[in-house]
Amino acid sequence: MATQDKPSIFADIDDGDVDQEDESVDRWRRNLRLWRETLTEQWRMLTDDLMVRLAMITIAFFMAVAVFAPFIAPHGPLTRQYEGDAGIIIVDWAEPSFMSAESEYLLGTTAEGFDIFSQLVYGSRAALLVGLVAAVFTAGIGTLVGLTAGYYGGKIDDTLMRIVDFLYGMPLLPTVIILVALLGPSLWNILLAIILLQWRSTARVIRSQALSLRERPFVKAAQVAGASDWHIISRHLAPNVLPLSFLYGAFAIAWAILAEAGVSFIGLGDPNTVSWGTMLQSSRAYSALDFGAWWWFIPPGICIGLVVISGFLIGRGYEEITNPELR
Amino acid sequence: MSKASFVVRRLLQLGVTFWAVGTVLFFLFRLMPGDPTAFVVSAQMTPEARQQVIESYGLNEPLYVQYMRFLENALTLNFGQSFHTNQPVREVIWTYLPNTLVLMLSAFVVAYILGIVLGVLTGWYRGSRFEKTTVVTALTARSLPTFYVGLIVLWLFGATLGVIPMSGMGAAGQTYDSFWARIFTLDFLHHLAAPAAVLAFYYMGYPLLIMRSSMMEVLSQDFIDVCRAKGLSERAIMFKHAARNALLPIITAAAIALGYAVGGSVLIETVFGWPGLGREMVNAVLRRDFPVAQGTFMVLAATIIILNFVADLLYGYLDPRVTYE
Repeated sequence: MATQDKPSIFADIDDGDVDQEDESVDRWRRNLRLWRETLTEQWRMLTDDLMVRLAMITIAFFMAVAVFAPFIAPHGPLTRQYEGDAGIIIVDWAEPSFMSAESEYLLGTTAEGFDIFSQLVYGSRAALLVGLVAAVFTAGIGTLVGLTAGYYGGKIDDTLMRIVDFLYGMPLLPTVIILVALLGPSLWNILLAIILLQWRSTARVIRSQALSLRERPFVKAAQVAGASDWHIISRHLAPNVLPLSFLYGAFAIAWAILAEAGVSFIGLGDPNTVSWGTMLQSSRAYSALDFGAWWWFIPPGICIGLVVISGFLIGRGYEEITNPELR
Repeated sequence: MSKASFVVRRLLQLGVTFWAVGTVLFFLFRLMPGDPTAFVVSAQMTPEARQQVIESYGLNEPLYVQYMRFLENALTLNFGQSFHTNQPVREVIWTYLPNTLVLMLSAFVVAYILGIVLGVLTGWYRGSRFEKTTVVTALTARSLPTFYVGLIVLWLFGATLGVIPMSGMGAAGQTYDSFWARIFTLDFLHHLAAPAAVLAFYYMGYPLLIMRSSMMEVLSQDFIDVCRAKGLSERAIMFKHAARNALLPIITAAAIALGYAVGGSVLIETVFGWPGLGREMVNAVLRRDFPVAQGTFMVLAATIIILNFVADLLYGYLDPRVTYE
């Protein structure tokens, strides 16, 4: 019997001797330990790279900002700071406080009288929400479809891959634009449209992995031992493709944030939430460029760039783990 | 499987993909909220006149009749008439597509020449500071949204320094005999420079990174050692022997990337006010002019689908090791 505190290398074999009632507990423990070991090892390899560490710190920073936004932002993102003479329409904005002594706004205000710094802080919520949710779903759906197609092969594989081919024929941004115009401009609809298209690349890559994995002896052995298809897919195939799913998830963060910013910039963004894309859109609508109001349109772009490049760097770091030839 | 039957099967797949994209698009637009006839039918019209207009667009018929007609027309590349201007959609496409192609192709040529050369150099000087900075720059270029870089360029060089025009494809009021007469004028190049440079900066990263990893692979092969043993100069090995062998993955990647570039033209054209297909699609969507939106989208999708097909064929043609299974 495997000792609990000191796992033996024969843990797999020893499992057979475990008493009936202990079996499920033990299997859980073993699974947990395997996962923990794999993840710790990969985490170590990942954080070995300075760039990846910086990227993770950046993402963590923006996450903290997003969570504590109400405490960091001095004003509401869509609260007017002052009223113009005519009432609602306000066109003279305040300059950043470091440029003019009268101004009390760190990055000034927009032409509509909103505090830019507060918008920037709240914008991190939209970006991270889109990025993380899209990453989870693209990686999740893509992995599931890829594994199913690769494991079963035949007609199922054909059908699923034709759907993927079809999705590959759709240009990303135009499709998202049309879907958002159809479903109405809200952050969730943008997210939905992005997810609908993005899982295609994950599915294709995972499928080709699954195709080769299913021919391996350990899968054959599981089949002979009478394991169900679901058991084989979830216990034997999934852990082997997991690094790839993570990789595509990390890239999906970046692509989703870029897509959301682009759609918002075009003017199909959610009118009720502030994102970095909608900030850029309104700065353009009020010709901040011509007035040289750089404090309005420079900061949101830098934030987008920082988050996106962090996603790419983490993805690349992970790529080096999954594909040692790159190292 | 022989090569011929591979091509035939791939062609059939191409047809099915076109049909699927068209069908999905057709139903999406019919499901769109808002009355698409609101623009062509004015409130002052009598109900009879309004009915007549709706009938002239075939919008009163059952959905499946509209669908069959759509398929029939799509086969003859007839996408109907704009609800907005009454112009045939085919004409709209012919007006805007060349503009998009000129912008994309010029950006692409610059991006791929620079990207390939830099990729060869970074693959060769692996581990140097030059490699690190170039790769980080390429990654940054791919991470910054193109429309944002475009905004910054417009602000710095357009609004502040005044050396580039703020929008459009040529000075207002100019007319030219033909498309070709137009694109060979200095004025046109002046307008083209900024958007093309921004795009080239963005697209450069992809060939650079592919070329770099492809170079690394080639450099580890034996024939490079043979070249060295023969006493060839480093430069000759780098460009004549290594780079030429590393070029293969670039060609297929370029075909695919070009398709997506045309599809992704939406943002850069919006920022620079470039009268291209992507911007026209956005405008059509915003004013619910669905024949135009549908037609322009189909062209963008077709570019991707056809170039993916070309990439598949090229791959088999250029690399004799590829087998068709």
